[in-house]
Amino acid sequence: MTTLERPEIRHTGLLTQSWAIARRNFLHIKRMPEMLMDVTIQPVMFVLLFAYVFGSSIDVATPAGYRAFLLAGIMAQTVAFASFIVAVGLTADLDKGIVDRMRSLPINPAAVLVGRSMSSLAHSSIGLVVMSLTGLVIGWRIHTNPLEAALGYLLLLGWGFAMIWVGIWVGSAMRSVEAVNGVMFATMFPITFLANTFAPTDRMPTFLRLVAEWNPISSLTQAVRVLWGNDQPLAEGAAFPMHHPIPFTIGWIILITAVVAPLAIRTFRRRTAD
Amino acid sequence: MTRTPAIEAEGLVKHFGDTVAVDGVSFVVPEGSVLGLLGPNGAGKTTTVRMMTTLTRPTAGTARVAGHDVLRDPAAVRRSMGLTGQAATVDELLTGRENLRLIGSLYGLDKAYIRRASDELLERFSLSDAGDRIAKTYSGGMRRRLDLAVSLIATPPVLFLDEPTTGLDPRSRVELWEVLRELVADGTTLLLTTQYLEEADQLADNIVVIDRGTVIAEGTPLQLKDQSGAAALVVTVSQAPDLEAAQALMRPHVREVHVDAGARQLTAPAEGLGHMTRIAGLFEESGIVLDDIGLKRPSLDDVFLHLTGHRAEALPGTDADEPDQPDRQPDHQPDHQSAGDPAGEVSR
Repeated sequence: MTTLERPEIRHTGLLTQSWAIARRNFLHIKRMPEMLMDVTIQPVMFVLLFAYVFGSSIDVATPAGYRAFLLAGIMAQTVAFASFIVAVGLTADLDKGIVDRMRSLPINPAAVLVGRSMSSLAHSSIGLVVMSLTGLVIGWRIHTNPLEAALGYLLLLGWGFAMIWVGIWVGSAMRSVEAVNGVMFATMFPITFLANTFAPTDRMPTFLRLVAEWNPISSLTQAVRVLWGNDQPLAEGAAFPMHHPIPFTIGWIILITAVVAPLAIRTFRRRTAD
Repeated sequence: MTRTPAIEAEGLVKHFGDTVAVDGVSFVVPEGSVLGLLGPNGAGKTTTVRMMTTLTRPTAGTARVAGHDVLRDPAAVRRSMGLTGQAATVDELLTGRENLRLIGSLYGLDKAYIRRASDELLERFSLSDAGDRIAKTYSGGMRRRLDLAVSLIATPPVLFLDEPTTGLDPRSRVELWEVLRELVADGTTLLLTTQYLEEADQLADNIVVIDRGTVIAEGTPLQLKDQSGAAALVVTVSQAPDLEAAQALMRPHVREVHVDAGARQLTAPAEGLGHMTRIAGLFEESGIVLDDIGLKRPSLDDVFLHLTGHRAEALPGTDADEPDQPDRQPDHQPDHQSAGDPAGEVSR
């Protein structure tokens, strides 16, 4: 053999490239199904734990009781954790040199991030399906029309999208998967608990209640509850976002994305360009 | 014969904050040849490769790969080259075949081609049986071979290998050399960095020695060896008592003789092949039995010592390319970089 066959390198679009990378991430899940634990066993466990262990001592005024109230909260928490998934995956790829390998290929450098986002949204969607099924089993129902029901899911996924940028930011800034775990646990847990996700806010101490009701996660949770007919009548003195949860949620999604996305891209570029 | 250079580095400079990792490196690699970029840890080898493969933007200078400028047309550079970094960057959770398919589809190759090329590459790298196993189960040598196979899926005319055999056992190393020789025989241009002098000696047509970010020597392995001093004529006698007679026999015919009694060896400055043959004839007539007579060229290790004043492998890493921190920036400089980064690297 003296001359090699040099195959044609076709120009591919960002979407094709991102899909190839997303498909690789799905293969990871296939090889390590335990990667799905954060959107399957963990939230289901939370649902059961809160519904049956704490639920009996938490009073809510929704028609279907605490379990119906709980579900939107758990879902909001789970999509917020999408940032976790993205950050851990990205840090691992950066750390192992996979990102550099991709960058040495004739592809749009953004494909690495877009592919990661696509698989993350799929990951979160699996979680939403699992939790909806769990909810149906324990007595949760959507009481509104299909349009509002769909809008509820859409807001959750939109939230997941905003959280992807947070994940890219943290993932690009951290040097190891352990560091990502540390940072994310230390921030995401308090943020998702100091809210209306698991318990009504009206009996919290005044200051805490204010923080909880202005917490973006509370807007999301409240919006989904309203859209699904799982909300309870607003308590006396509820903060402003609780009265308008849907526009607030949309606003938060746009604001978080607009602020964090440029930061995330900048950090990612700094991390990789030198 | 003049050939188009496949790789040209032109005054490449890279600063990380106050640290100067690469300080004006230039060289030319003719098409179809092998350049060994030789230097100790921290010499700037990896940073140089990262600049030539569009992963890092040079502070100054530029490079061309297959005629394409890394600054002006990075996309064309990426289409013309393959890169295998210091750490085997295969995806551990994917099978060998899936790794090949992933990179092949990112190159935009068609499915049927990828399937065919994957089979051929797995075969060529003795991975056919392991092709459907996940890479996590591979040995170090297998991962390296898969890594190389992945870089070859689009048959790039230019291949960059950053310390391709670091961490391999001697047998895997020799096997990898074999594969690399085949690639070059097929017309691929190779640039490999190494801190193993033997590796450069074995594979490279030309060697560029860099130390502390600058080129300190350049030439064929032979030229470099010649540069660092003359060869020696080494005579080993069978019986130690003959040493004295042997020394007396040689003295009139050489400039000086050094006797190493323990090794039963006499060493003299070499004066060419004919001279050695004459001396061998004298011993033949004298009846002194020899174990061995021959010319000994300085090894590249001697060359390195001569050029840098320090041994190649004993030097502690100073900055940019520690083997444990493969193909990424050194840890001490993340805060200083890329203020003037080119726009659109990610958002384009």
